Amino acid sequence: MKGPSTFNRVSVAAGLAFLYLPIVLLVIYSFNASRLVTVWGGFSTKWYAALLRDDQLLDALGVTLRVGLISATLATVLGTLAAVALVRSRRGRLLFSGMIYAPLVMPEVILGLSLLLLFVAFGLPRGFWTVTVSHATVTLCYATVVVQARLVSFDGALEEAARDLGCTPVQAFFAVTLPNIAPAVAAAWMLAFTLSLDDLVIASFTSGPGATTLPIRIYSAVRLGVSPEINAISTLLIGLVATGVIAVYLLNMRRRTAAP
Amino acid sequence: MSGRSRTGLAALAPLLWLGVFFLFPFFLVAKLSLSDTALAMPPYAPRVDWSAGIEGVRAFFAALDFETYARLTSDSLYVASYLSSLKFAAVATGLLLIIGYPIAYGMSRFPPSQRLALLMAVILPFWTSFLIRVYAWIALLKPQGLLNAALAQVGLGPLNILNTDTAVYIGLVYAYLPFMVLPLYAVLEKQDQSQLEAAADLGCTPSQAFWRVTFPLSLPGVGAGALLCFIPMVGEFVIPDLLGGSGTLMLGKTIWTEFFANRDWPAASAVAIVLLATLVIPIVLYQRQQQKMIEAGQ
Amino acid sequence: MTTSRRPRLNIGAVRSSFAPWTDPTLQPLVRFEGVTKRFGTEIAVNDVSLSIYESEFFALLGPSGCGKTTLMRLLAGFETPDAGRITLADQDLAGRPPHQRPVNMMFQSYALFPHLSVEQNIAFGLKQQGMPREQIADRVVEMLELVRLNGLAGRKPHQLSGGQRQRVALARAIAPNPRMLLLDEPLAALDKKLREETQFELIALQQRLGMTFLIVTHDQEEAMVTADRIAVMREGQIVQIGRPAEVYETPNSRYVADFIGDVNLFEGSVTAADGKLVKMTTADCPAGFEALEDDAVAVGATAWLGVRPEKIQLHLDPPRDGPNRMAGKVADYGYLGDWTTYVVELESGRTVRAARANASRLVARPIACDDPVWLTFTPDAAVVLTR
Repeated sequence: MKGPSTFNRVSVAAGLAFLYLPIVLLVIYSFNASRLVTVWGGFSTKWYAALLRDDQLLDALGVTLRVGLISATLATVLGTLAAVALVRSRRGRLLFSGMIYAPLVMPEVILGLSLLLLFVAFGLPRGFWTVTVSHATVTLCYATVVVQARLVSFDGALEEAARDLGCTPVQAFFAVTLPNIAPAVAAAWMLAFTLSLDDLVIASFTSGPGATTLPIRIYSAVRLGVSPEINAISTLLIGLVATGVIAVYLLNMRRRTAAP
Repeated sequence: MSGRSRTGLAALAPLLWLGVFFLFPFFLVAKLSLSDTALAMPPYAPRVDWSAGIEGVRAFFAALDFETYARLTSDSLYVASYLSSLKFAAVATGLLLIIGYPIAYGMSRFPPSQRLALLMAVILPFWTSFLIRVYAWIALLKPQGLLNAALAQVGLGPLNILNTDTAVYIGLVYAYLPFMVLPLYAVLEKQDQSQLEAAADLGCTPSQAFWRVTFPLSLPGVGAGALLCFIPMVGEFVIPDLLGGSGTLMLGKTIWTEFFANRDWPAASAVAIVLLATLVIPIVLYQRQQQKMIEAGQ
Repeated sequence: MTTSRRPRLNIGAVRSSFAPWTDPTLQPLVRFEGVTKRFGTEIAVNDVSLSIYESEFFALLGPSGCGKTTLMRLLAGFETPDAGRITLADQDLAGRPPHQRPVNMMFQSYALFPHLSVEQNIAFGLKQQGMPREQIADRVVEMLELVRLNGLAGRKPHQLSGGQRQRVALARAIAPNPRMLLLDEPLAALDKKLREETQFELIALQQRLGMTFLIVTHDQEEAMVTADRIAVMREGQIVQIGRPAEVYETPNSRYVADFIGDVNLFEGSVTAADGKLVKMTTADCPAGFEALEDDAVAVGATAWLGVRPEKIQLHLDPPRDGPNRMAGKVADYGYLGDWTTYVVELESGRTVRAARANASRLVARPIACDDPVWLTFTPDAAVVLTR
């Protein structure tokens, strides 16, 4: 391996600059004292203070967090089961994996519309639970993929050893398999939670009055134009997610280096 | 074998869940696309009249027709927005390949210890809100935005990019870049260095070795990245809605408008079915590829 | 271990007259002159000078990390020397990238292109040379026949067995007709039986093509069987160059004696040396050692006597007194089928390995552990080593 050439370095640097520049600018301008985007009016945290007084926004944040916690947990449980089934069984796998992989790429408008029609057909009032169930459905596919990737490299002989030593299949799963795939399960939960936190399109279709999520609230504000308040709430969300992701990354790094 | 019935049991819950919440709703969308609009809540007809028993079901099926589809094909706006969606997605996929490949290739040339950090750096934006990342570009591209402010500093501009197709392309490339880079990186990183040496040994210059060995070997990654970006981009809503102009036609936006603004649920459903039919083959291709890649990790 | 017993090919008789390195009028094909290569602070190749002649089958032999692969990669152009120069047919190779060097390499991992068929892999280098299409097709067929892979032309590498892949890699490297073929551990990935067969195939192939082969290996048997000359490497330096028999029978150091084959080394001090016979005293043999040795050895110096196990005779009855005679008892033995190796504990406490051919299926007097035995060897069986 000769190491990266100048061209390689420039490509990577330019790519990262492209990815981060808009985000960095957004964060910087969230501290702008001026309401105008292009004018730097000095450092200020007044927009953050304004957020705290915005009851609608805080309500939406509460809804989003509750939807995220419940849907991510549901998705992780179902996704882990699905991953186990996908890795271990042969029958009916094509249909099953089709149902897992299709939602990953399918346009969100289609998913949102179809879920909405389901709730309407059953006469269910749209609200908190319809959004939660919808998010769980979509994010469970992501969770499956994350856990599945870990499970394929998991040595099945470990589970067989546990059963040989007297575990029932279910005991063996909880005693041996689950602890070993735990990092992937945690990552799956994180991913499901973040996706739920971010989703606008599916939530717009499946939520009803009283269950307005934060992205819906941000979207309606964004349609009116750029404002420092949106920059501030965006910055908070970015900070929250980035902290979580980096923490998980460092945790994994430490575990890896601590392993013999 | 008890092992099989056990995994069967594990599969039951997610299978049921996906059956009810993912598969079944598509029948509803298909059914609705054959219905007519009505001034009611929900705004479509017919509905099954369960009180009339079998007759009611029969009457329900008799009332279904392809009128909505006929309406879609006769209206040039729908046709134009279908074609324009495919064009946006195809061109953006091409741009993503051109931009993403050198990045992924560059990353794979770094020493392994630094690659993980670079990988993290590319993934991190994917974790941050899609909506927020698109929003960030509004501030950059709008007429009195940061880009024009910067251009004015060097005596150029102003450029009117926001609410044009150019802005949509920028948004698509920006938002989907990690999805292109990751699969490309995954195949490039695995490449055996001795194959490049073998190519050089057999008379290839570095660029010939790239085109004859590295690039053909990376084609699975190119395919995965292209599908991963193309499929959702065809139905993209947020980007054309926020960055595009009134003339920007994309199916995702059409469905949204028909549904929320025009309250034409059958039309929205028919557009969704057409979109789905268009994407079925790419989706199956993508699923096959993913399955293969995951199993290769075994 | 079993090396000395492996028969040389019949062609060995012809090859024994092949010794271009003894002819001062001949120019070597490849010359390494004071070549040094460092990786960071580590010296992989340390001031190596070496000549390889046209049509020679040359082996670089040494343990992993001795610099043999680096030396080969310097020749192929994948590494650049920090000092010294490498010439091929009197042309300095400095600054020439790998694709401009008329040598081809067969990689240890084979490095077959997984997206190309067998045929396309073999044609790869020919296309690079700009050979016309029809000629490429002919050459590919010729190569497929050469390595006996006819009928597999359309297969992809992953559809081949290990042995078949190895032959594709060989054909691909030979196809462009290089001035020299470099083989990096070519047989390491094969199982034992296939490896032995392939060794002989390689020799036959090299004879047929008349091509210069440079093989890198850590397997002394592979080097002994295939090569005209062997260079034994240690820590980036060449410690001995010679024909296989020379390196085996007259190693120039304890390192070479020990690395190639099995050897018993006895430490002692030289009491007499007349340019023909060396006498030594040692704790292991009360009557002392005598060995034939032409080279000058300083009287009074510490030296080591190397004796191969198969050159030691094992006696159940005490032989007549004299030098090179040691008494002991059998501590252990291993039956190998064709041979039995005995581990004998001497009165001095050290153990000696002696090997005995199982010439007959019937053993009149089986030897068991703790049996008293006597070991002897002739003066021409031993070699005196001073380092």
